[in-house]
Amino acid sequence: MRLSYSTDIKIIRVPCTGKVDILHILRAMEKGADGVYLVGCLEGDCRYKTGNLNARKRVEQAGKILNNIGISGERVQMYNLSSGEGPRFAKFAQEMEERIKALGPSPIRTQLQNKEVA
Amino acid sequence: MIVAEKKPVEEIIEYVKDCNSVLITGCNECVTVCEAGGKKEVGILASSLRMYFVKEERDIKIDEVTLERQCDQEYLEEIRQYVDQYDAIVSLACGAGVQFTAEKYPSAQVFPGVNTSFLGVTMDRGYWTERCQACGECILAYTAGICPVSRCAKRLLNGPCGGSTQGKCELDPDLDCAWQLIIDRLKELGQLENYERLLPLKDWSKDRAGGPRKTVREDIQS
Repeated sequence: MRLSYSTDIKIIRVPCTGKVDILHILRAMEKGADGVYLVGCLEGDCRYKTGNLNARKRVEQAGKILNNIGISGERVQMYNLSSGEGPRFAKFAQEMEERIKALGPSPIRTQLQNKEVA
Repeated sequence: MIVAEKKPVEEIIEYVKDCNSVLITGCNECVTVCEAGGKKEVGILASSLRMYFVKEERDIKIDEVTLERQCDQEYLEEIRQYVDQYDAIVSLACGAGVQFTAEKYPSAQVFPGVNTSFLGVTMDRGYWTERCQACGECILAYTAGICPVSRCAKRLLNGPCGGSTQGKCELDPDLDCAWQLIIDRLKELGQLENYERLLPLKDWSKDRAGGPRKTVREDIQS
């Protein structure tokens, strides 16, 4: 399909979004990621029944924590698609990129970079 | 098990905002099961605090450790060699664990990371209800295994009261009347004679009303 999307997005493959723990999301943010999003199978289509539903709950929980500490919870998102929907994958990537660009760089990354320079 | 709830992260930030190093201690027992203060919750809190303080341009060391139990001396001893390196400890154990940590390390500032709620059971994942008030004199033998002390709002020993309507408590239409449950179960067990038996005045001195309690077992003391 040769669809293009931002090269700023680093893809980490997991067997199922149910494998992604809230700590994986938080640690990524802690290390300076501007945002984290999960792309799972369509709801109701999980091979492991509830993996993608659990993932959504964890994303929501991570979002609440980020809001509570003054970092926008919008920086973490959950998306769903079927494996045949390449264009949708590219669309989600673009959507996430736009969202992050609107929010600006993560305050944590900014501080971590300032520290490195100092 | 002892059921606890996580404190809001904002409250914990307020406790430790003037510290330069914080140790977060979890407990592998009850609070792990009720997902309030086990290894996972320690990791989540530590990560949240690190992010918050980095954002606030504060250089605070935040470390994590989860002990087998915080209500036993030998497990609390495990942190002795390095506990002095921290300005504060945030303990995610129940109130007993927090206090025992403070007692064991008198010079350390110890803060609670959870609100200890009650002695209860897991109804379903993420859903716990109260079952015991540790009143010190168990009467479950006569009440069909259902405790009126913990499950009746009025702690009635010879209930139900006039507020019991269609099996529900007047406090909350979703709350079962403990005495209705007791009568129903006694009926099922064919033990309704237990309902006729008047329970004697309860010795509340064995409950919290008698002050802090202790148990001494000379037969097993070393």
